[in-house]
Order: sequence, then structure tokens, then C-alpha cells
Amino acid sequence: MAQQILLKNSDVPGLASFEVYRKLGGYASVEKTLKNFTPDQVTDEVKKSGLKGRGGAGFPAGMKWSFLDKSTSNPRYFVCNFDESEPGTFKDRHIGQLNPHQLIEGMILGSYALGARTSYIYIRGELFYVLRIIEKAIEEAYANGFLGKNILGSGYSLDLYCHPGAGAYICGEETALIESLEGKRGNPRIKPPFPAIVGLYDCPTVVNNVETIANLPWIMNNGAEAYAAIGVGNSKGTKLISACGHINKPGIYEIELGLPVEEFIYSDEYCGGIRNGNKLKAVVAGGSSVPILPAELILKTAKGEPRLMSYESLAEGGFETGTMLGSGGFIVMDETTCIVKNLLTFSRFYHHESCGQCSPCREGTGWMERILHRIENGHGTMKDIDLLVSISKHIEGNTICPLGDAAAWPVASAIRHFRQEFEDHVKLQKCPLSK
Amino acid sequence: MSLVKVTIDQIEVEVEAGTTILNAARIIGGNIVPPAMCYYSKLEGSGGKCRTCLVKVAQGSAKDPRPMPKLMPSCRTLVQDGMVVQNITSPEVMEARKAITEFLLINHPLDCPVCDQAGECHLQDLSYDHGLADTQTVEDRRTFAPIDIGDKIKLHMNRCILCYRCVMVADQLTDHRVHGVLGRGDHCEISTHILKAVDNDFSGNMIDVCPVGALTDKTFRFKSRVWFTKPFDAHRECTKCIGKVVLWKKGDEILRVTGRKDKYGELEEFICNDCRFEHKEPNDWQIEGPRKIERHSVIGQNHYEKL
Repeated sequence: MAQQILLKNSDVPGLASFEVYRKLGGYASVEKTLKNFTPDQVTDEVKKSGLKGRGGAGFPAGMKWSFLDKSTSNPRYFVCNFDESEPGTFKDRHIGQLNPHQLIEGMILGSYALGARTSYIYIRGELFYVLRIIEKAIEEAYANGFLGKNILGSGYSLDLYCHPGAGAYICGEETALIESLEGKRGNPRIKPPFPAIVGLYDCPTVVNNVETIANLPWIMNNGAEAYAAIGVGNSKGTKLISACGHINKPGIYEIELGLPVEEFIYSDEYCGGIRNGNKLKAVVAGGSSVPILPAELILKTAKGEPRLMSYESLAEGGFETGTMLGSGGFIVMDETTCIVKNLLTFSRFYHHESCGQCSPCREGTGWMERILHRIENGHGTMKDIDLLVSISKHIEGNTICPLGDAAAWPVASAIRHFRQEFEDHVKLQKCPLSK
Repeated sequence: MSLVKVTIDQIEVEVEAGTTILNAARIIGGNIVPPAMCYYSKLEGSGGKCRTCLVKVAQGSAKDPRPMPKLMPSCRTLVQDGMVVQNITSPEVMEARKAITEFLLINHPLDCPVCDQAGECHLQDLSYDHGLADTQTVEDRRTFAPIDIGDKIKLHMNRCILCYRCVMVADQLTDHRVHGVLGRGDHCEISTHILKAVDNDFSGNMIDVCPVGALTDKTFRFKSRVWFTKPFDAHRECTKCIGKVVLWKKGDEILRVTGRKDKYGELEEFICNDCRFEHKEPNDWQIEGPRKIERHSVIGQNHYEKL
């Protein structure tokens, strides 16, 4: 059994309540940290642990914290990004729903390290039931002295709020999230300046993903060395993978980074193989925005080495033959899947969710969706396939925020690896897999 | 203020620290100035959205000579000492600009023949310089019905490129903005809040800052093509604004009053609606003389002063 940090007690009934969580050793890290560590020592500890951001970009969390501008007397803010809306990703909801106190515990540690006196959990609007669970957990934490004024007599005070979004994928981009939290339209800001310098209410701010924050209590309890001992290479610790698609056992799995992809898909401990004994066709390894890979490239790298579930191994080969670990939304497709139709679904999503602020993303996402719709329904031409490649190339890198890239990568990679299937759609004037 | 050296398309210029690449390019002038559809020097926080001014930063600064990994919006990127920028000398930039122009046009109705902005439209200039001769789209374009956004302003949402300038002008010039961007993505639209109309003393500036024909002057609509009218600098005593305007005359008749725009099409001063809409008699104004329009587009070709 692999090391469990986030899902360890998730089958204990009533884990969401303070009593149960406390009895299982919860909030011990807060007691230990506020007593024995200075804020800078906490940051150092996180840096040493090698914890990477779990939201998708995989930026080292400790390094992000160290960018925080501490030169001004402005208040600082610590914000939890709970706007999980990437298609295929549903891991954060699991933490918020079953184990909200671990998230709150992590929020206290992070806020203490950064010197924040007010912190926010920005939760996706659709997760209204999770919002209620978290709000109740926050109340309990206040009632037991882990939030509020002078926490455990340490002199450190923290107020924590949970704020729901209004149903926009774009508010998962950190600057759009900050705008939304300020009560404005969720348009991403133009960077630089980065939130660590000018963030929420123009004050230094750090935004971290739910899973990143939920790892903090374990790191403070067991030490950075213990955390860094888990995993492979620069991919330290465990990662929640939300596996879905044509597998026998869809669900949320906690893996130690470095697990072979093949074992993850076929072992009974995890996905349990492809449904109905079908053949694996393709995998989107880290949420809808990362490049899709065909079966042969997801199981083995282009060099023929087995591919591992880690930041480096999945990225090996660049975008030509690799992909990204992303947010851990693992979408598996078997041989009955139409890649074009799947891509159309993704493109429709990005078209719907583009904020409309900058022209390449606003116009390009809709255009790609319309072309894919045409190809899937048998009205495409060979020129359309090249046009899609050229549009995706022109969106990529030319937009304000990464949503443009996220919309362009699936299109570019699907055509790169499955061009034949697009051409078959054009030649047959219909989807070859439709009955 | 300390001065920094920056090279744009092999031309070196010294500018104050904190200047953007676009403004440094404007100091050099000429054809190396990137086009800007959403940036407006008089509006704080504008720019960065349309992406037509993307440039390549081949060298970040003298201290850190690494190139920037992506094309940068020149209107929002500050110069560093020793920075090397490529605009028209970079094929990558020119390709991106062509693509952005195409993106801006795929939902644009291309109704220049019936659009009041034709002749002084920035999108028209941009497509003349960077547009394709042929269209690659076969789909229907996004359409909206034209609406009255206030008693003096017509909104043709079809033509809008969502530069946010009119939103910023309302935010920065007036106390209570009643219009904004509704919706998301390419189904965004500029509209007033429920049961509100744009009605304040400076609303007319929304028309002047609009780079395209989305917001037009209802008192001038369909009266004349702009290139048939002759611009004159004029002023009057005004209690609300500076009172310095451009009169657009056809014969002796004043068809339209606008603010004075510089060669990049940006207002020098904002003017009030009183001057803009209510004073169209010749004896309302002290005429200073013909106004030279320094633009390469149709409106700049008006060599009437010899007549």
C-alpha cells in the first residue's frame, strides 16, 4: 500500500467533523508549528520538502511563497484556489467534502508562514454543498480556538473566509480569481506584476491549490525530509489522481509520484484495466488542457522507457511525444472513442469558458469549435485540418492567461497524434465510429 | 528620472525608466510603431487585450540578456536598460499580427460601406496593413441588433472588438458607470445595466475612444462620409470642459463636433456633450484654422487646405 497523506482517513465516518478529525491527530501540526517554528522556518520547510503546486502548472510551492513581497507594511493574503473546474479533474472536491479540516489546518500553516491575517478559500460556485461543509468546519475551528484572535495563545491571529465563485472556469486562473474575490468581473490581469507583489486588494498575495495546502499539515508533522523521501526525482510526495473514462474502476486515487502509468491503468489497486477488456486508445493525463497521448506513448516514452506518473516523466519528449501531469485529471479512452468528437467536446468547453478579454482566445476558441463541429458532422475539408493547426498555433502564447494555451494544446496534440482519424472523417463525410 | 537605452528594430532611443515599449516606439515614430487597438494613453489600465501590438523582446535587458519566451504586449511591457525589441523586423511578430487581425475580423461584419466610422477606423487601417485578401471562414458571424445605448449614442455590437476603452472612459471620467461588458467569450456584449441609459455630460467621449464603428454619434449618422467633411480646429468658452474641439464641416454647415485627436487617434482632451452635440452653429465657435490629420488612412488624405 502506498503512502497516504490526503486520503488516509477518508473512509472514517464523520471525518468532516472537528471531534473525529482531532481524535485522529488533526491540528497537531498547528500546535507544533505555532510553538516551535518561525514563519520563515515554515517556508524553508516547505521549500525543502520539494512540494510542487498541485493545480496544474507544478510550480514549486516554497519558491512561490518566497517571492512574496515582505518589504511593505501592507497586509498579505493567503488564498486557496478551490475553483476546480477542469474537465476530468475532481480531486479537490473530495478533500473539501470529506476532509475539510485538513484543508483548514493547511490554511492556518500557510497563512502563518506568509504572515497573512486574513485568508480566503475561493470555492467553485457549483460546489455549493461543499461550501456548506467547509463553512461548518471553519465555525468549528473558530469555536475550538484554531482560528480567530490569538490562536492557542501564540499571539498569531487569523480570520478565514470561504467565498463562492459564480461558475466560471476562468476564475481558477489566479489573477482572475483575485479579481473575482474583489467583487469584479473575473478577467485575468496582465502580468507582470505578479500576485506576490500586487495581488488581492493590491497587496502581496499567494494563491495555492487545495491539494497543495492539504499537504502542509503532514509536512509540518513529519518533516520535510520525510516528505521529500516519497516520490521520484523532482516529483516529491503523493498526488491525487482523479481517474475517469473507460476504465473498470473510475475514482480518486492517491499515488506516490513515480508510479508507472501502466501499473496505474491496469493494476487492480487503481484503475483496474480498460472496460470490457477493450484496447487502450488514448489518455489525457492531467485534465482536459494537457496534450492527449496515444496508448503507445503514454505507456512508454519515445525512448522506450516506461512512463511514470511524475512531473518529469510525463513531460519527457516535450509536446512532440510527451504531455504534462497537470492537475491529475486522468481521462482514459478505449478503442471505441472518436478523438474528433472528444476534441469537439473539449473545444466547446473552452469556447464557453473563454473570458473574452483578449482577441486570440475570444475569437479563436469559437472558431476551432465551429470547424471541429463541421468535421465531426461530415462537412469538413482537408484544408480545415491544417487550418485548425494554424489557429491553435496562433492562439498559443499570444494570450493574456493560459486559457488560450489550454484551448490550443488539445487541438494541436490530437491532430499531431491522430491525424488519420481527422482525415477519415473528411473522406467518409461522417464519423467512422458512428453507427 | 533615470534614462534607459532601448533598441527597437535596430533604432536606439533613450527614454525615461518606466516607459512602455509602445511609447518608446512612438518617440522614435514612423512605421516601427506597433498598431494599438485597445491601448489608450489617456486611460489608466488600458491595453494588453487586443494583442495587435505584440512584439518580440530579443534581449530582456543589459543585465539579463535572455530573450523573453513569448511575444509581449508592447503597450504593457516596460522597457529595461539595454532591451532589444523587434517589431517589423521579426517575421514571427508579423505573422502573429496577421493572425490577430484575422481573429478580430472573423466576427466583424465588414460593413464598411455603410459604417460611419469608415475612413477613420483603426480596424480598417489594421486590416489594410495586415489583413488577408481572402477569408478562411465559412460560418455565420455573431450578430446583434443595433441599439441606442443613450439618447446620443448608437451601439452596433457587431462591429465591437471589446477593447474596453468605452468602459474605462466611463469609469475614469464619470462617477457612475451604467454600462459594461456582459457575458463571456465571443458572446460578450457591451450593454447598459437593466433599465439604464448612458446619460451624463461626458458620455460622448465613448464615441471618440471607440476604435471601430461600434459607438457612433447619432447626430452625425449617415449625414456624410467623413472624408467629404473638412476638419477645423475651433474653441469656445465652456464651463464644463476645455472647449477645444474639431469641427467637421461640409460647406458652411457643421456636421459634427469631436475632440482633437493626435496622430495615433487618441484624444488630446476630453470634451463635454454640450460642446459636442449642442453647438453646431458657426457663430458658436471661434475657428482657429484647418486641422491637419497626420494619419495614413483615408481621413489623412484630406488635402483641402489648398482649396
